[in-house]
Amino acid sequence: MIPPAFEYLRPKTLPEAVGLLQQHGEDAKILSGGQSLIPMMKLRLARPSHLIDINRIAGLSYIREDGGFLKIGGLTREAELEASELIRTKYPLLLDTARVIADPQVRNLATVGGNLAHGDPANDHPATMLALGAQIVATGAKGERVIAIDDFFVSLFTTSLDHGEILTEIRIPIPPAKSGGAYFKLERKVGDFATAAVAVQLTLDGPGAVQKVGIGLTNVGGTPIRAKRAEEALRGKKLDAATIGAAAQAAADAAQPSSDLRGPAAYKTGLIKELTKRALARAAERAGK
Amino acid sequence: MAKKELIKLKINGKEREVAAEPRLLLVHFIREQLGLTGTHVGCDTSNCGACTVLLNGKTVKSCTMFAVQADGAEIMTVEGLPSNGALHPLQEGFKEEHGLQCGFCTPGMLISSYALLKKNPNPTEAEIRWGISGNLCRCTGYQNIVKAVQFASKKMAQGGK
Repeated sequence: MIPPAFEYLRPKTLPEAVGLLQQHGEDAKILSGGQSLIPMMKLRLARPSHLIDINRIAGLSYIREDGGFLKIGGLTREAELEASELIRTKYPLLLDTARVIADPQVRNLATVGGNLAHGDPANDHPATMLALGAQIVATGAKGERVIAIDDFFVSLFTTSLDHGEILTEIRIPIPPAKSGGAYFKLERKVGDFATAAVAVQLTLDGPGAVQKVGIGLTNVGGTPIRAKRAEEALRGKKLDAATIGAAAQAAADAAQPSSDLRGPAAYKTGLIKELTKRALARAAERAGK
Repeated sequence: MAKKELIKLKINGKEREVAAEPRLLLVHFIREQLGLTGTHVGCDTSNCGACTVLLNGKTVKSCTMFAVQADGAEIMTVEGLPSNGALHPLQEGFKEEHGLQCGFCTPGMLISSYALLKKNPNPTEAEIRWGISGNLCRCTGYQNIVKAVQFASKKMAQGGK
């Protein structure tokens, strides 16, 4: 399949890229990893007039802790996240997530920023970032703007990024001691989108009750979903079977799946319930270590 | 038609310089402009991995990348595997262990296995399966592909390359 024709632009700096976005208007698109955009162009679901390739802009790819946050550069590849010692030792939820995104070849190009900016509720990082309480840094003509992840996903394939803005950084508050996370995804085969998936990040207090918790759901609605009632059902409580069961039911209630080739809606709702239980148990186990 | 861009790259050790329209996919550039037809177009939808090549040492699906993005890059395709006319241990392994039937997925399998062994010369069976998880084979059931990679891993440890 041959994608439709476009003009190719390769800026060397961020201000140049932002300038090109504004100059060429709504039909210009950012080319980052391209692993969602290029397949969509082949299917004519996207027909950008101009592609602004940001891959040669230096300084947009990094993973580091700084000022109380884990900072991930907008161009950081999924494979870099997977290989990072910092992520492996301290951010199990991010490692779980990166490992189940598409397949090794796709992860070598696909970026964390693109996975979010695409606004696809079937992507995996949105639920993870909701659970982690992340912030999105958007860079536009007027400089940087920070967007809370809860305000980022607007509707199917739409985020709160303005047209002239580029997602340049993801900030995740560094989790305190006794924190843990887990991502559970059911996929039909490697490389498929989730039939359903659940991301959990939690912090336990001294006696082992849940102090902080975030739960995000993948591919069970028009946007990625934060299961707030499920979080409320957990706060201040010990993770016994009854509490986990109540939270899992609340997460299932928050899901709004539709029936499609991956299964009927009721099946996906049931999956969310079960995956929430498993993710909570593993997150708690990791927090206890 | 958008204007053509000059693409300079190194492929299997050789410098090449060819102009192409920006929308030309890397796999078509490799097959049609550079005449290297070992890399296959399988699904053309980023699922099957038959088009896998090494780009600056990393496996990518050449059907899901524009040729113009590879400007300045170093690429290795299946044609780059043999040296001095001798098969690479991986190629020998696929032959000896019957790691292929129709052979369509083989170029991609070889490149993914090559990248895996570079990073991890002595992988477990699980690591091999993980390493080729972006490559589909409809014939072998993967068992003999795993054996072929194990064959190469052993041979290379004994002083192959």
